[in-house]
Amino acid sequence: MTRSVIELPVSAADRRIAGLAAVAVGLTLAEAAIPSPVPGVKPGLANIVILLVMLQYGWKTAAWVAALRVLAGSLLLGSFLSPGFWLSTAGAVSSLIVLATAQHLPRQWFGAVSLSVLAAFGHIAGQLALAWLWLLPTAALLNLLPVFAAAALLFGAVNGFIVARLLAADASPKGQSAPCIPL
Amino acid sequence: MTLLRPGDLVVLAAGLLLVSGLAVFSWGGSHGDSAVIRVAGQVVDTPTLARTRMISVEGPLGMTQIEIQPGRARIARDPSPRQLCVKRGWLSQAGDAALCLPNQVSLEIRGRSAAYDTLGY
Repeated sequence: MTRSVIELPVSAADRRIAGLAAVAVGLTLAEAAIPSPVPGVKPGLANIVILLVMLQYGWKTAAWVAALRVLAGSLLLGSFLSPGFWLSTAGAVSSLIVLATAQHLPRQWFGAVSLSVLAAFGHIAGQLALAWLWLLPTAALLNLLPVFAAAALLFGAVNGFIVARLLAADASPKGQSAPCIPL
Repeated sequence: MTLLRPGDLVVLAAGLLLVSGLAVFSWGGSHGDSAVIRVAGQVVDTPTLARTRMISVEGPLGMTQIEIQPGRARIARDPSPRQLCVKRGWLSQAGDAALCLPNQVSLEIRGRSAAYDTLGY
């Protein structure tokens, strides 16, 4: 019997994506421990990482990190292929679509807060669209629409502010080269 | 490099507008102007929500009392064991309904434009 060694070449970009995804997964797990008054209303802390990654390494890397975040996060939380997993996927996909468009906004006018708020609205829109089409095709969800939208606006703005702060700290001359994500 | 740029304020304002628009759309439902009272599926009365009055209807378990006030109505008294329709409280939005299933009585608010075409219980 011959032993064959399968070697997968790992590039620096792969390592970076893996590391960033690990940070995002960590935040997802931490967030799962936070109680929420309304199911589905969460701060979306992992989106801070996704947005930072997009602004620093581009949309494609951010899409990888987001996909790995949803997959690994669901495996660790035991929700893989459950309705919650599909809702996460729908949210991640639609917010990435929004970000793909929004990243072309002129940077001197629209900062991280804009991108974060738009992505948060995209996230909740994707989730609610799937929930409405698949899980709860009733008017009850419609009554909660303003609650979800308000949460998206609030958490989107706060997360965007955090991203802007981290980027500003990163760009400051006396700061270390990359204090925001240690990679 | 500033944390909040001019466009961000525009996006935040647009977001606020969207949220308040959704709130009006979802919660600002039309106020009802009449009530429909059914016993065992049959409409027994359709009082307008204009002035205060009490309406009593007889179901299999006994008397259900419905209180009408300007713009709102409620089940004031019902012989049902769990009192769910009484706990429903005042109804004012078109489409709102209180059901006393044990006594087969239902109270539904109607507006000029009905929120639903039909409701099956």
